[in-house]
Amino acid sequence: MIKYITAIVLTGLLSFALGLYLPWWEIAIAAFIVALIIPQKPFYSFLSGFIGVFLLWEILAWWIDSKNDGILSQKIALILPLGGSAVLLILITSLIGALVAGLAALTGSFCRITKLMQ
Amino acid sequence: MIFQLRLIKVRIIPLLSSLFATIAIIVVLNKQWGIAPPIGKFLSPQHGFWQNAEPVDKDFEETLKLPGLKDKAEIYFDDRMVPHVFASNDEDAYYIQGYLHAKFRLWQMEFQVYAASGRLSELIGRKALNYDREKRRLGMVYAAELEAKEMDKDPVTRVECNAYTAGVNAYIESLKESELPVEYKIINYKPEKWSNLKTALFLKQMTFDLDGDETDFERTNIKAVFGLEDYEKMFPVTQDSLDPIIPKGSIYPPPSLTITQPKIADSLYFQRKDTTFIVPQKPKKDNGSNNWAVSGKKTKSGAPILCNDPHLGLNLPSLWYEMQISTPSFNVYGASLPGGPGVVIGFNDSCAFGLTNAGRDVMDYYDIRFRDESMQDYWFNGRWKKTDFRYEHIVIKGESEMIDTVAYTVFGPVVYDKKFSGMRRRTNGDYYALRWKGHDPSNEFLFFNKLNHAKNYDDYYEALRYLHAPGQNCLYASKSGDIAIWANGQFPAKWKRQGDFIMPGTDSSFMWQGMIPFQENPHLVNPERGYLSSANQLPADPGVYPYYLGGDFLEYRGIIINRYLSKWNNLTPKDMITLQTENYDVFAEMARPIFLRNIDMTALTEEERTYLQTLGSWELHNDADERGPTIFAVLWEQFTKIVWDDDFSKTKLPMVYPDASTLLESILKDSAYKFLDNVNTPAKETLRDDATLAFKKTVAICKLAEGEGRLQWGKYKATRINHLARLAPFGRTDLNVGGGKNCIDAIKEDHGPSWRMVVELTTKTQAFGIYPGGQSGNPGSPYYETFVDNWAAGKYYPLWVMEKSETGDKKIKCKMDLSGQ
Repeated sequence: MIKYITAIVLTGLLSFALGLYLPWWEIAIAAFIVALIIPQKPFYSFLSGFIGVFLLWEILAWWIDSKNDGILSQKIALILPLGGSAVLLILITSLIGALVAGLAALTGSFCRITKLMQ
Repeated sequence: MIFQLRLIKVRIIPLLSSLFATIAIIVVLNKQWGIAPPIGKFLSPQHGFWQNAEPVDKDFEETLKLPGLKDKAEIYFDDRMVPHVFASNDEDAYYIQGYLHAKFRLWQMEFQVYAASGRLSELIGRKALNYDREKRRLGMVYAAELEAKEMDKDPVTRVECNAYTAGVNAYIESLKESELPVEYKIINYKPEKWSNLKTALFLKQMTFDLDGDETDFERTNIKAVFGLEDYEKMFPVTQDSLDPIIPKGSIYPPPSLTITQPKIADSLYFQRKDTTFIVPQKPKKDNGSNNWAVSGKKTKSGAPILCNDPHLGLNLPSLWYEMQISTPSFNVYGASLPGGPGVVIGFNDSCAFGLTNAGRDVMDYYDIRFRDESMQDYWFNGRWKKTDFRYEHIVIKGESEMIDTVAYTVFGPVVYDKKFSGMRRRTNGDYYALRWKGHDPSNEFLFFNKLNHAKNYDDYYEALRYLHAPGQNCLYASKSGDIAIWANGQFPAKWKRQGDFIMPGTDSSFMWQGMIPFQENPHLVNPERGYLSSANQLPADPGVYPYYLGGDFLEYRGIIINRYLSKWNNLTPKDMITLQTENYDVFAEMARPIFLRNIDMTALTEEERTYLQTLGSWELHNDADERGPTIFAVLWEQFTKIVWDDDFSKTKLPMVYPDASTLLESILKDSAYKFLDNVNTPAKETLRDDATLAFKKTVAICKLAEGEGRLQWGKYKATRINHLARLAPFGRTDLNVGGGKNCIDAIKEDHGPSWRMVVELTTKTQAFGIYPGGQSGNPGSPYYETFVDNWAAGKYYPLWVMEKSETGDKKIKCKMDLSGQ
């Protein structure tokens, strides 16, 4: 459980830090690295990566949106089109990031196991 | 060993599949699919659109070192985010203006230049190709290259434009990808470096917008189908109600140029029956404006007041950016155009200046005879002349580049030929070359520079000679008490009807014979009547002014402005605001009695009579909650169709209907106007028949609108402000505003007063203004559409000319300190 939570928090933090320098897909690198460092069963690695970035993106998007009074999210949620729902837009944002990170973490986890087996 | 290998095999498959899945999903989310932005990149809170969601309390306070800035400078932003720039020299001031334009409006600046230079296919693919080709063929880039050369030749504009460009680029270079304006992220591209050529392209786009309401092709068809006699009835040179900019009864000195109509004009031009299927790309019709000035003897304060409201397409981000620029050599405030240096409509410490479109015809087409389809040689003055070619490389998104070969003749570029026929995609195999004033070398930025620096009438007069195209009615008022107007520009001196139709291009006899010396442009300085105005009407009485004034003019706003100005005295800026937002419809005042007199009451149902009563009791103000203006507008539209449709549907040739003023004033003069008859029926229809039928149709349409709850004028008109790239949520719809085409407050569906300004030239200037937009071009900023609702409500902001000593003023929101590197 501790490992699991550590992996989630670490994924989030590393993603944020790398995000300052690298393109958006840095979340995959972050989740991959964390899965390599923290040994977990593949499913839990996936979940840690998924939740780590889900939470990061959810918090960031929500924070930005509230500072912005929802001016832009409403407009983007009409362009995309999500019926103007900022909540839905934030959710989709987080899910997209989460999915990428989850898959990358899963890859990391398999990489580790493969290495161990050798 | 075997056991181990088997395990690796088992684990390596999930590893490879999850690796593949991860990479695949990243690739998919990083790629643009159709018009959708790359979704992963776009949604990432640290990279994508979320970064454009500006905190509503964002502090713009900054200390910046900018490469190339000569000296220290300060920018104070007031509570409306209007920058007040204090620089120690002009060069730095223009650099900072470029920097600010880019900081707040980069995307629109670049997008407008892409559009101007025919490069939209690069962004949105093949669907823009026809548009792009037409822009190239109109010689937009060719024109801009010539302008850029002139800008560079003059020491003043060279420094100014170089500094502006450097400022724009300083901002672009400081941009991180996450900071790109949101439209770049949606369309998925990156800004290029700015250049003086782009500044010139922006100017040429404005020139085309204001010059390009071109109907030579349609008029050629009308002349061919109806004959010259009917053409004169449909497109008279002037109207009875005309109240020109320079009042009737004025005297003009004899012309210095003698213009002679070629002897062969009658057979080769006026009687020619050639027709064409070409439909040129056109800017918005009705690009027009109001400006007026009253002298001190008509104002309460004794100081002149100058007012201006340019009517242009209403867009977000707005075309205008409000600012103050202060250096030791000038202190100017007003509306600038992101894309070019200087203030376009505004005032300085000595005077105020305003513009309306001159509407003259400075675009003419010539019929060229090429030796063969290779277009290598064309027949000119009795021999074959070699063609010049310009190769236009058009990059198309997702496809290979297209090279469009454009032939250039002594007249100008061959816009339409066998390979390109404009919007209709149909050609009769003819070649049409364009002669456009915008293709002649000129340096309009020198005009704006001198205008911004003008201290007195002589300076303003000196500035005027540098405005060649687009022709503008340049209004001036000064603290020293002068008011003046010049219908200015470099205009070709034409014989009557020259260039109304396509002209023969096989020799020089139909070419423009010269340019009217600018001193001979219609003008008026300090008139006895104490006021000056222009509202896109004819600048002078065409019966008296010695040169032909052909073009596109609108009569009615001018009439109502002058009616008020002649009556009113003791005026204040508040009165001028009232006048600028006045929506009395003088066209309806003239046209409604015709309907009320002629509609056959006995043919109407009870319900139809109620609508007629509503129309009859309407007080002729186009207020948003009135039903009268809607009924009148629909009625006029239906009436127009009934009168012209039968005549104009005889052929499929592209044509334009005669102006509303022509129809109105023709039936006012002659109730048996020949076109009232429907040529498709044996009966002879009269005004009574047409008016009654039009009214019945009107009621049917109005009933439908009433059922939908939108018979009130504001709802029926449903004014909107479009986003420049038509991203609907970035625009505004359903503004409940009054006004209309023939009102002073000329708010149409998506067109209208794009900047309203009232300046009283008292010792301390009193100025008011507003535009339907906001200082920020970012749809995610609270300053994106700040002014829209107040604009719609007819409110104004006081325009604060900040003094250097007022740095502690409460209106200041934040400060930027700049210095060179």
